[in-house]
Amino acid sequence: MSVLLLVEHVQGELDKLSLQALTFARGYAAGDGLEVMVTGPGAPDTAGALGAHGVGTVHVAEHDALGAYAPLAWARALAELVERLAPAAVVAAGSDRATEVLAHAAVLTGGALAANCVRAAPGDPAEVTRLRWGGSLLEEARLHGPVKLMTVAPHAVAAAAAEAAEPVVAVEPFTPALQEMDLVVQVSERVDMSTGGLSLAEAPVVVSGGRGVGSAEGFAPLEELAGLLGGVVGCSRAVTSAGWRPHTDQVGQTGTKIAPELYITCGISGATQHMAGCKGAKKLLAINADPEASIMASADYAVVGDLTEIVPAISAELRRVREG
Amino acid sequence: MNVLVCVKRVPLTGGKIVLEPDARRIETRHLGFTVSPHEECGVEEAVRIVERHGGASTVITLGPAEAEEQLREALAIGIDRGILLVSDRDDWDAETTAGVLVEAIEAEQAAGNDPDLIVFGNESADAGNYQVGIRVAHALGRPCVTGLKGLAVEEDGRLRCEQEVGSGRDVYLVPLPAVVTIKEGLNLPRYPSVPAKLRARRKPVDRREPAPPAPRLELVRLTVPADGGRAAEVLGEGPAAAAAVVDLLRRIGVA
Repeated sequence: MSVLLLVEHVQGELDKLSLQALTFARGYAAGDGLEVMVTGPGAPDTAGALGAHGVGTVHVAEHDALGAYAPLAWARALAELVERLAPAAVVAAGSDRATEVLAHAAVLTGGALAANCVRAAPGDPAEVTRLRWGGSLLEEARLHGPVKLMTVAPHAVAAAAAEAAEPVVAVEPFTPALQEMDLVVQVSERVDMSTGGLSLAEAPVVVSGGRGVGSAEGFAPLEELAGLLGGVVGCSRAVTSAGWRPHTDQVGQTGTKIAPELYITCGISGATQHMAGCKGAKKLLAINADPEASIMASADYAVVGDLTEIVPAISAELRRVREG
Repeated sequence: MNVLVCVKRVPLTGGKIVLEPDARRIETRHLGFTVSPHEECGVEEAVRIVERHGGASTVITLGPAEAEEQLREALAIGIDRGILLVSDRDDWDAETTAGVLVEAIEAEQAAGNDPDLIVFGNESADAGNYQVGIRVAHALGRPCVTGLKGLAVEEDGRLRCEQEVGSGRDVYLVPLPAVVTIKEGLNLPRYPSVPAKLRARRKPVDRREPAPPAPRLELVRLTVPADGGRAAEVLGEGPAAAAAVVDLLRRIGVA
């Protein structure tokens, strides 16, 4: 039995998380066919790249009303394919959009959905391992039901091309039978809010402060150090809850997920809520007054002591070395 | 406008998660509990909407009897009334959770308390199934917009919903009644005052005990992932460590 994937793309360019989901799905299909659904401008252009990932058939959902994103309309199209193809599983990336589309599709098909899977073994029930607590805990579970839907946890599976590319990829357009209710929730406008500055998610260096920084004003030395390193300032949930920094600065399970070359934490204890947001950091330097703080178990480097003295001292030393 | 907000009781896990011997639950004997983070903003938003547009707000949860504590927290923020669906100690899967919420909402409708807006967190902090709100919306035949960072009732009675996408926001305009799932950052929840906490003790909380159905996402066991077990290299103590830190910054190429 084949595996059906929802793949996201921008003008035919495959989304990174969708590539990871493809690799996951290829493992699950274990040699059986991979079928993909794509929609939107440039959708047929995905065929070549999808072939390299072992996809045999690309189903292109086409409909006049599908110009702007509408989650239930996407799910309706996907559910139509599920009925036609009866796949062993329906897989998508654990992105915001694909996750909600699969949740809708689970309802439409009478299926069960396991979100943020990292491993899965086919069968009835399927055996899945999925993330809880933003990845601080793994859950092994059995996924029952006639239709099994899974989203793949971001960055849990490395994207890899198939050993043997599909030489001929069939591109099959279809027009889903949409209902009026499918378009009640549809994007009506995209508002640009870019500040032109470096974003927290993409910064090469992030300097974050926690409750230990003590106040909104206490972040000035962190701003200075981040500026010297070409990075940005982040913070923990305790800081945004106290109103010291805006929520857009929060690193964590319910904030921004970051992946800098270096992550410097100042006065952050290392609660799972926070650590779930910085698993992608290459190196972690913890500055903390408490050598027993739980963040020390996740840090590569540590400086023990008062951050209000240490952070300005690092900035001063950086300036001295650069000027010298 | 009647607003119903759905919340979940979750432990404050701190730095390290320890499991019970049967590996099905987190060891919580030494932990406090809270409302799952996105939902704290859901409670605040429900209170603000009623403050602005009038009406009444209700908070509902499925959880152990102790989850009344989280309902009282929401009542202290300003929600008018609570509904506690008492479950066994096990976490119900998303589908069965949605099922009993729908039953409870239909009972509310029958009693003349039909919510115009139902608010969920985008996902719970612990299970993270990302689907309870969507399943409830389908069962009630209502539209659902997820992951909101902006929410407003427009003059024409529609709901303006904003989702963060990259460096921008996608806007949806949907008619009421509707279901929304929201993300932390939508607002900054207030701290309840002492008088508000006292008032919350006297607000009504209805208790019901739904029967546990068979889950289709059936938990087998939990494991704590091996997390590198990195032993941090201590570069020094106090400001005297600055030179060693700058050495490191240069070594890894960020200075």
